[in-house]
Amino acid sequence: MRFYSRIFTNFTLKKPYQSLEDNSTKNMIQVIYRQLTSKIPFLGLVILLTFSTSLTAQEGDPAKGKTLFNTNCAACHNLDRKMTGPALRNVQARLEDEHGLDIDWMRSWIRNSAGMVKAGDAYANQIYTEYSGTAMTAFPQLSDQDIADILAYTAEPLPVDDGGDDDKDDDDKAAGTDGVSNQLILGALAILFCLLAMALILVRKTLNRFAEEKGIEAVKEDKSLPLWKAFVQNQFLVLVTAIFFLLASAYFVYGYLSQIGVDQGYEPVQPIHFSHRIHAGDNGIDCKYCHSSARVSKTSGIPSLNICMNCHKSVYEVAADTHKEGLNEYGIDYNAEIKKLYAAAGWDDVEQKYTGDSKPVKWVRIHNLPDFAYFNHSQHVEVAGVQCQTCHGPVEEMEVMYQHAPLTMGWCINCHRETNVRVEDNAYYTKIHEELSKKYGVDKLTAAQMGGLECGKCHY
Amino acid sequence: MVFATVVACKKDTRPNYQFMPNMYEPVPYEAYQEASVFPNGVEAMLPAEGSIPRGGHMPFEIENTTEGYELAKATLKSPLDSMKIDANRGKELYDIYCGICHGNKGKGQGKLVKREKILGVPSYDDAGRAITEGSIYHTIYYGKNAMGSYANQLNEEERWQVVDYVLKLKADLEK
Repeated sequence: MRFYSRIFTNFTLKKPYQSLEDNSTKNMIQVIYRQLTSKIPFLGLVILLTFSTSLTAQEGDPAKGKTLFNTNCAACHNLDRKMTGPALRNVQARLEDEHGLDIDWMRSWIRNSAGMVKAGDAYANQIYTEYSGTAMTAFPQLSDQDIADILAYTAEPLPVDDGGDDDKDDDDKAAGTDGVSNQLILGALAILFCLLAMALILVRKTLNRFAEEKGIEAVKEDKSLPLWKAFVQNQFLVLVTAIFFLLASAYFVYGYLSQIGVDQGYEPVQPIHFSHRIHAGDNGIDCKYCHSSARVSKTSGIPSLNICMNCHKSVYEVAADTHKEGLNEYGIDYNAEIKKLYAAAGWDDVEQKYTGDSKPVKWVRIHNLPDFAYFNHSQHVEVAGVQCQTCHGPVEEMEVMYQHAPLTMGWCINCHRETNVRVEDNAYYTKIHEELSKKYGVDKLTAAQMGGLECGKCHY
Repeated sequence: MVFATVVACKKDTRPNYQFMPNMYEPVPYEAYQEASVFPNGVEAMLPAEGSIPRGGHMPFEIENTTEGYELAKATLKSPLDSMKIDANRGKELYDIYCGICHGNKGKGQGKLVKREKILGVPSYDDAGRAITEGSIYHTIYYGKNAMGSYANQLNEEERWQVVDYVLKLKADLEK
C-alpha cells in the first residue's frame, strides 16, 4: 500500500479551487440561483442561452458537449469536484471574470497545453505548477465547434436533486402491509382453531348432559391392562422399539459428527461490505482482476487496497438506483462503505491525494482448508482451466460472500474422478498421456486416472 | 438426508466446530495471517526496497513523472522478441485487466464505461496521445491520470505481452 500511496501523491494543491459560490459575487447565475430556487431549470436555460450567445462566437450544443466531455475530458475532470484536473463547471465564465482569458486562450490550451506552458503563458504556468506539473493531454482533433459544445455543457447549471425519497416510502409501506397481512392471516387462523376447539368441548358437554338425563351410563373403560403395561410385557415389541431408537439416534449422531469442521454456508460479516453481486455480476469484472495471484500462486490473494482504488478513485459513490436498492433490500449504505475504503486506504477524496495514513482491513477468511491438506490455486486455475465458480459457486450473485462448497475430502475426490484433464496442446506429456489412455481404455483421462487420488498428492 | 439438510441450511456468521484443531491450524505463518512478529501484526508486507524478484525481472528505472513518461515514450522498447510474443496470452490478460474499461477492441468503450461508472477512457488511436510501446509500458507500470498502476497484478513479462496486444489493437483501429 505504502508504495502506491507514494506514487499517487504527486500533486499537491497550494490553494483549493474555489467553488463557484465563493468566488463570483458578480456572477448573475449565483444571485438568481440563491433567491429563486423554484425556477432554476427555466432560468438556467435562459442564462445558458445568454452565455452561449454572448460569450462564444459559435453556439454550443450541451447535449453533444456531454458526449464529447465524457469521452475526452472525464478521465481527469469532473464538473463539480476536483480530480486529476480542476472542476470545470462554468470554467469559461470563471476564466473570463477572474483572469480575463477569452475563448481563444481556451482553444489553444485545450489543443496544446504543453506548448503554452513552454511558451511562458502566465496563467498556463500557474495552473501547471498548481497541479504539480501534470501536463494535460493535447486534443488537436477537437474543432472550434466541439470546444464550443463542451463549454456549453460545462456552463449548464447544477441539476437540482428532486429527492428520490417518495419511492422509498412507498416501498416501505408495501413491505409493511405485506408483513401485516401475513400476521393477520396467521392470527385469524389461530382464532378459528380456538373457536373450533371450544365448540367441540361444548358439544361433548351437551352430549354428556343428554346422556345423564336419559339415564344412559357412559361406556366405562375396560378394566384390562393399561397400554404401557401391555407394551412392557410384550418383549418382542420392546426389542424392536429399542433397536429403532438406537438406529435413529445413531443416524442423527453420525449426521452431526460428520458435519463438524465443515463450513459450508459460512457467511461472516466483513469489515467493509463488499458486494460481489455488483462488482463481478452487474459490472462483469473478471475474478482475476482483483484476485490476480490465483493465476500464479498457491493463494488466490485478497486484493490490496490499491487495486480497489484503481477504480474507486473515480467511482466515489454508487449510482442513485444502486444506493436505494442497497438501503431497501440489504440495509447497506454503499456510499458509506466506499468511505470506509477511503479511510483504510488513506485517500483524501476532497484533495484527491493519499494522506499516507492507511490502516489494514481485517477481512474475515471464509474458505479455510485444514493445514494437512495442500491446495494450489494456480494449478487449478491456470493449468486445469477450472472456472472459479466450479468451487466457489455463483459468486457473481452473492451480495454477501459465503462458502458454497463443503471443501471436504469426498468433494475433492469426486471432482477428480469426474473431471477430464485438458491434454491437448501439451506436447511434453503426449506420450505418457497416450500410454495412460491405453492402460485405462478411455479416450479422455480423468484427474483420478493420472494419479489425482494418491494420498501424497495433497497430504504430506 | 438429515445430514444434507443440516449442512445446507447452516448459513452462519460463525465458523463451525473443528475436530482436533491442532491439525487444522498451521504452524508456519500463512498468507495474510495476523502475527505479532510483523509490524502492526500485518503479514502482507511490501518487499524490501531494492529487492529483485526471481526470474530475471530487472528493476524499472524510468521515473513516474511527465519527463519519465516522455523518456519511456521515446526510448523504451519491448525486450520480447517475436518468438516470445504470445498473442493469445496477451489477449487473455488484456481482457481481464484492461478490457473492463478500455473495451475489448481498445476503443475506450469497456463495460464500466458503457455503464457510466468510469468515464473519459480514450481510444488507443487517440491522436493527441499517440501512444508507443514505451508509453504503454510506463502507463501500465505507474498508471496515468485516473488509471491506477497494474504493476502488482502483472509481472514484467506479462506487461510486455499486454503492451504488444495493445499495439495490435491500435493498429487495427487505425486501419
